Amino acid sequence: MKKSAMPQELRMNMRGKSKIVGGGILASNPVFRLVLGMCPTLAISTSAFNGLGMGIAATVVLVCSNALVSLLRKVIPDKVRIPAYVLIIATFVTLVEMLLRKFVPALYDALGIYLPLIVVNCIILARAEAFASTNKVGDSVLDGLGMGLGFTLALLLLGVIREFLGSGTFFVGSFGEAEFGVTLGNLPDYAMSVFVMPAGGFLTLGLVMAAINAISDKTAAKRDAKHAEEGKVIDEMVREHVEAELASAGADAPSADAVRVGDGKEEEK
Amino acid sequence: MKNLRVSSSPHLTARTNTTRIMLDVLIALSPAVIAMVLLYGFYPLFLTVLSVASAVFCEWVFNVITKREQTVRDLSAVVTGVILALNLPPVVPFYVPIVGAAFAIIIVKMLFGGIGRNFANPAITARIFLMLAWTGVMTKFVLPVDLSDGANLFAYFKQGVEINLPDAITTATPLQSVKEALSSGGNPAEGLNALDMFLGRIGGSAGEVSTLAVLIGGIYLAVRRVIDIKIPVLYIGSTALFTAIFFADTGYVGEYVWTYLLGGGLMFGAFFMATDYATSPKTPVAVVIYGLGLGFLTVIIRKFGTMNEGVSFAILLMNIVTPLLEKIKRKPFGTPRKSVKEVAESVKAKFSRKHAAAEEGGESVG
Repeated sequence: MKKSAMPQELRMNMRGKSKIVGGGILASNPVFRLVLGMCPTLAISTSAFNGLGMGIAATVVLVCSNALVSLLRKVIPDKVRIPAYVLIIATFVTLVEMLLRKFVPALYDALGIYLPLIVVNCIILARAEAFASTNKVGDSVLDGLGMGLGFTLALLLLGVIREFLGSGTFFVGSFGEAEFGVTLGNLPDYAMSVFVMPAGGFLTLGLVMAAINAISDKTAAKRDAKHAEEGKVIDEMVREHVEAELASAGADAPSADAVRVGDGKEEEK
Repeated sequence: MKNLRVSSSPHLTARTNTTRIMLDVLIALSPAVIAMVLLYGFYPLFLTVLSVASAVFCEWVFNVITKREQTVRDLSAVVTGVILALNLPPVVPFYVPIVGAAFAIIIVKMLFGGIGRNFANPAITARIFLMLAWTGVMTKFVLPVDLSDGANLFAYFKQGVEINLPDAITTATPLQSVKEALSSGGNPAEGLNALDMFLGRIGGSAGEVSTLAVLIGGIYLAVRRVIDIKIPVLYIGSTALFTAIFFADTGYVGEYVWTYLLGGGLMFGAFFMATDYATSPKTPVAVVIYGLGLGFLTVIIRKFGTMNEGVSFAILLMNIVTPLLEKIKRKPFGTPRKSVKEVAESVKAKFSRKHAAAEEGGESVG
């Protein structure tokens, strides 16, 4: 039993915490699973750099607002909670906006109206309402981190695809003085500009979502098959056990009863 | 007794099947293909072959990967490929029809469930996709070749791989000059020849320029009863009507009407793309609205939009509303006809009830 120095309780706790973060990234990814925050997703994921910037900005706001909402969850009256949340979120959005404007003006211009609109981003509002208002501060911060990372990764994925197909470049952007990014030969001449248009945004999002659903359906089917297999083995063991018990209880016990007991067990499953 | 078949209805069956219908469409498309070769040489034919090959290959691969029943043999992918190629400008890089056909088959058709389940015409959606993807390529049209020199049939193979066509061989389409006339207020038919436009000796999409060839194919389809003739007739008629209405104050109504009817892909769209079974309505009322809507949208886009051509967008938009149009219910046969008085009374009763409910119900949700 000396697998780990950590006590069992703490280990379980760690697993629970990592589940909060991991859930936001995969199982309940805000873009591909909860389909929240579609407006910035479709408008900003025209390039990988913009997507990353938007994702990070939203993550910062999400973590901070989740923390504050969680801290104030017992103070905020129920009837005015939405205005209170919006006020909290708006505070952090203003902070992020000022910081971006000072340090990454190119990104500030690219994000445009969608930066102030983080205030009404439904991911942030939804997490404040659904998670932060009923959970402890630590968990709320982790949830904000997970959701923010999921949002960032989704925007980054869409941005890379759309930028490559629509502009023929890879991760072009500028941070302060430094400019980076790869332009692949004369590929921009052949780029399909539809992918940086709104139509291409919907198209890319739909296709990526379909692919993710197909993959997760497949893994779920595999898991179900595995569980069914295990269930069958357990049923078989139970049946054998019951038969053996009956046989030992009385030699004259009719075998039909044993079968019926086994059937009953299977039906219960 | 062996010959007796026991089955549920329908008991009357015809020998038509999908393959036969698609074969008819291909036969109807052949005049347009021949006209295309006579006008622009063999390069657009090469594009057509690429488009068909890509469409068939994509459908085959999709069915193999998703383990569905193989549907390549019903020829619908071939029809999509040919229609898409006829929709393209005569000289485009070779990858354009390949990507377009793949988009049409995989995304518009197969991802929605295959033949009969597509929400819009695959070829027209692919054309719009290509139009938005490579706008520069898709809006450059070339002059027809001079057939007196046989070598001209092989023209354009050299230019085909270039993304930017040399200006020397490109030309304005009739609708472009009409658009310019619209903004300057001049005569739209200036410099246009009705016979040239009817035969196709103009710049335009490879298979759409020759109204004559398209009409031959369209009439064949109508005679074979493959398509519902009401849709193209209503579409073309309403385009003429709405053109006359919208351009009534310009002083060149007649000129606008015939240039709009002969220019662009109106005839081709009306006969071959607006009539797609899966995306066009069937009930009489819906067909009328569909045809009028197509004409209305086409004229609106041509007059007020930035593009010269409105047929593809009009068909796509009406395809999307087709399921709604199908919901318009007809009165069952034998429903007693209400007099005007009765209708007025029932409306009045309805309103007064609403009024009363609003007055007494404090919390009723409006």
